[in-house]
Amino acid sequence: MSLERFINQAVSSWMSADGPDSDIILSSRIRLARNIKQYKFPTLFTNDEAKSVIHMIKKKVEEKSFSTLGNLELLLMDELQPLQKRVLMEKHLISPHLAENSSHGACVLSENEELSIMINEEDHIRIQCLFPGFQLSEALNIANEIDDWLEKEIDYAFDEKVGYLTSCPTNVGTGLRASVMVHLPGLVLTQQMNRIIPAINQLGLVVRGIYGEGSEALGNIFQVSNQITLGKSEKDIVEDLKSVVSQLISQERSAREALAKTSNIQLEDRVFRSYGILSNCRIIESKEAARCLSDVRLGIDMQYLKNISKNILNELMILTQPGFLQQYAGGPLRPHERDIRRASLIRERMKMENEEIGG
Amino acid sequence: MICQECNQRPAALHFTKILNGEKAEFHLCDKCAQEKGDMFMLGGAPGFSIHNLLAGLLNIEPTFQKTKQDPFQQEEILQCVKCSMTFQQFIKVGRFGCAHCYQAFEEQLIPILKRLHSGNSAHNGKIPTRIGGSIHLRKNIEELKQKLKESIAKEEFERAAEIRDEIRLLDSKLKAKDEGGE
Ligand SMILES: [Zn+2]
Ligand SMILES: [Zn+2]
Repeated sequence: MSLERFINQAVSSWMSADGPDSDIILSSRIRLARNIKQYKFPTLFTNDEAKSVIHMIKKKVEEKSFSTLGNLELLLMDELQPLQKRVLMEKHLISPHLAENSSHGACVLSENEELSIMINEEDHIRIQCLFPGFQLSEALNIANEIDDWLEKEIDYAFDEKVGYLTSCPTNVGTGLRASVMVHLPGLVLTQQMNRIIPAINQLGLVVRGIYGEGSEALGNIFQVSNQITLGKSEKDIVEDLKSVVSQLISQERSAREALAKTSNIQLEDRVFRSYGILSNCRIIESKEAARCLSDVRLGIDMQYLKNISKNILNELMILTQPGFLQQYAGGPLRPHERDIRRASLIRERMKMENEEIGG
Repeated sequence: MICQECNQRPAALHFTKILNGEKAEFHLCDKCAQEKGDMFMLGGAPGFSIHNLLAGLLNIEPTFQKTKQDPFQQEEILQCVKCSMTFQQFIKVGRFGCAHCYQAFEEQLIPILKRLHSGNSAHNGKIPTRIGGSIHLRKNIEELKQKLKESIAKEEFERAAEIRDEIRLLDSKLKAKDEGGE
C-alpha cells in the first residue's frame, strides 16, 4: 500500500489541524459513562447480561436513526485481531482496558471516527466524542445528543441524589470526563511546567503526559482533564476546564514569544536540526521521533518552517506507534526493526511534504 | 523502597497479585498506582488480591485489615442484596457490582464521595429525559400533597378540591410514563 493511501485510511478527522486554537490544542474529548439499569456492572455481570448489552446497542445502531454522524459501525472485540485492537487504541478510539481485558467488549464507530461508543468496558456504555482543536462545548453537544438518542429505549442506572451510577465512584454523577490534548513546547523549553502542573491540580484538574511512561510527556503533549464528576453540572465542568485551558494557551503563546525574543537563532537551529533528522534518519526511537516532531511542529507554528502541514505532529505521533508501524509493515516487528520502519515512514512522509511544495 | 514504575518517587502502595498460582509483588507510588489503576483494580479476575489499594487511593482507614478479629465478634457484613457484593469487596476492587450497590452502601459511601469529589455528594447535572420526567412529576405531586394538607387544615375545601384534581392528573401522567418506560 502506498504511504499516502495508508495515511488517508489511518487518519481520523480529529487528527487534522483545522480546529480552533489548533496551534496549541490538538484535540478535545468528551466522555460520558452510562450503565443500563437492569444489568449488573461489568465487574460482575454474567455472559448473558454482557451479550444483552451489546444486543441493545446493536439494535439502536441498526435503526440508523442517528444521521448527523453518518453510518455507525459496531465492532466486536472478540472478532478483531490483536493488531487491529492495538491500532484502534493508538488512535484513542478505544481504551487499553477494552482492547486487552474486557470480555464481550465492543465499540461503535462513526465514519469519521469523531464518535466512539465503548461497550462493556468499565461501564456498559462509554460515549466518546473526539474533535480537532479546542471544541469542548461542541463535543459535549454531540455527546449529549447521542446520550439522549440511546436513552430513548435504554433505562439508564440513575439516582436522583447521586446521578448517573457508574462502576467506579470516581465517575458517578455526570459520568463526564472532559479533556484536551495540548502541545506545550514553549512552557517545557522555558521550564515552567513544574510550576504550572501543581497549580492546575489545585484547581481540580489533572495534567499528565499522553505518550511515554511515568511522568514524561513525549512530544511535549499533555492531557488536561477534570477530576471531579459529582456536584457540578456538565456545562460548569466544561466551562471550568475551558477557562483554565484558555489561560494555558495564553501562557504557552507568551512563552513562545519570549523564546523568539531571547533565543531566536538557537530556536531556529533546534527546529532545523530536528527537521534534518526527521528528513534523513535511518533508525529512530519513539522518544527521539517525538522530540523532533514537537520541534518541527513548533517551527511550523512559529513560521521558521513554511509550507509544511501542521497535521504532521498529530499524524506521526500516532502513525509511528508500534501497532501502526506493524500494520504498515504487514506483520510483526521486533523493537529494532520498528525503529528502522519508523525512520523510513517519517522520511517518506516528509518527502510527501516536499513534493507538495515543489508541485 | 522506590516505585517500580517510575523509579523516581517512593513507593506508597504495596500489593501482591496472584496469577495462575504465580505470585507477583507490586510497589508503586500514588501517582503511578492511579495511572495503572485500571490495570490493577480490574475486578472479576480470579485469585486476584489487592491489599489496601483502593483504601490508599481513597485515603480511608483500612479497618478491614485489622489483624485477626475474634471470629465470634465479627461485625455485621454489609452486602448488596441484588449482586451480593460486600462492602469489603468493593473497597478491594474499587468497583461496584451493580446500580443497587449505591443504595446498599449509601451510608458508607457519602464520606467516600465527598473525598473523591471535593466535598460534593449530590448530583447537580443532567437528568435523563424519560426517567427524569417522572422525577419532576413526583416532586410536583409531593409539593401539591403538602398544599392539599394545608388547604384542608385551613378549611379551604374548594381550593383543596382543585389541588386534588391536579394531583390526580399528574398521577395518571406518572402512571402512563412508568408503564411506557418499562
Ligand atoms: Zn511511580
Ligand atoms: Zn450490587
